[in-house]
Amino acid sequence: MSALPDILRSIGARTVEGIWRLGFAARFFVLVLLYSGQSFRRLHLTIRELYFSGVLSLLIILVSGLFVGLVLGLQGYETLQRFGSSDALGVLVALSLTRELGPVVAGLLFASRAGSAVTAEIGLMKTTEQLKAMDMMAVSPIARVVAPRFWGGVLSMPLLAALFTAMGIFGGWLIGVVFIGVDDGAFWSQMQAAVDFRYDVLNGVIKSVVFGIAVSLIAVFEGYDCTPTAEGVSRAITRTVVSSALAILALDFVLTSFMFRGQS
Amino acid sequence: MSRTALDLWVGFFVVIGAAALLFLSFKVGSFSGFNSGPSYVLQAPFDNIGGLKVRAPVKSAGVVVGRVSEISFDAETYRAVVRFTVDARYAFPRDTIATILTSGLLGEQYLGLDAGGDIDMLKDGDTVQMTQSAVVLEKLIGQFMFDKAAE
Repeated sequence: MSALPDILRSIGARTVEGIWRLGFAARFFVLVLLYSGQSFRRLHLTIRELYFSGVLSLLIILVSGLFVGLVLGLQGYETLQRFGSSDALGVLVALSLTRELGPVVAGLLFASRAGSAVTAEIGLMKTTEQLKAMDMMAVSPIARVVAPRFWGGVLSMPLLAALFTAMGIFGGWLIGVVFIGVDDGAFWSQMQAAVDFRYDVLNGVIKSVVFGIAVSLIAVFEGYDCTPTAEGVSRAITRTVVSSALAILALDFVLTSFMFRGQS
Repeated sequence: MSRTALDLWVGFFVVIGAAALLFLSFKVGSFSGFNSGPSYVLQAPFDNIGGLKVRAPVKSAGVVVGRVSEISFDAETYRAVVRFTVDARYAFPRDTIATILTSGLLGEQYLGLDAGGDIDMLKDGDTVQMTQSAVVLEKLIGQFMFDKAAE
């Protein structure tokens, strides 16, 4: 007869654990921000992380962006020509990429390409007690290890999303104009008439900045918080990818409902 | 990896990222939506605005000269009041006619300005008195059928 209390107890324990971790993550975030100034004084640490999370993600971002654009071009044309408005292909490709697909897909790729690497690195540093050793030498591991990785991710994410979007539009143009033969002038002019700088482009950039902060914070936090064993590190990496993906999709819904309410 | 090579790659990354952002702002999006130039505000009352929306273009002779900034309802006259900004480079006479038009058969609606011959120009905050409402398709069809039935 103790089944019900047991279930309730396990739900309660999970809730408390979840809230505790959330609070811990929030305090960790504040700590990262506090130590940021100290880590910016040694800028080459952040630049090194920009290289690892930004430059090394370039290839996957550019290639995926191109393919997403190619598919959008094909599918968009297929649907639009039924309504005799295949000239609007540029509008369709540009709006869906700048508003949604660019930030979201780039964010998901970034989380699995760079976020997981950051978690693995910090987790392994913790497992091999390098972080403790730094603390012993009066070097703050947050300023030296965590903050540069956090800022490297935050800075590279908007750039990667912009590259993804630009590459996707190029892919859509390649399919629409070069292969199918949509009019080049109509493609660009309708796109320019429909895409607004503040409403579409800037909102997309804001989204990618928010995703960058979320993914980077999750990655460094999971690494810093992992159980210092081989299994713990692997679990932390899995959690990084899963919670980053969920955070991106949930935040995307919230941001979209604030930004695009259809009043246009 | 040496420090200079690292800096080179990061510099390359930042430059092409910024180039992509510029491409999105200027080539993909029309930067004119930023509305940084000086402009003045006019308003016009309409009996019916149809499907006119905020941010719709204001055109004169087919050229975009401004944007609709606000649409409200006047509870005293029961008319719609459309406020719109016009680029400060263009001045319109007092007897300008504001019309709500549709681009194409099913396109978006915009505000058309037909300049009159008055010497005085409209100033910031003025009201365009002469307006012509949007053509509502249902009313048009209803009138047509009424006329047919009368024959």
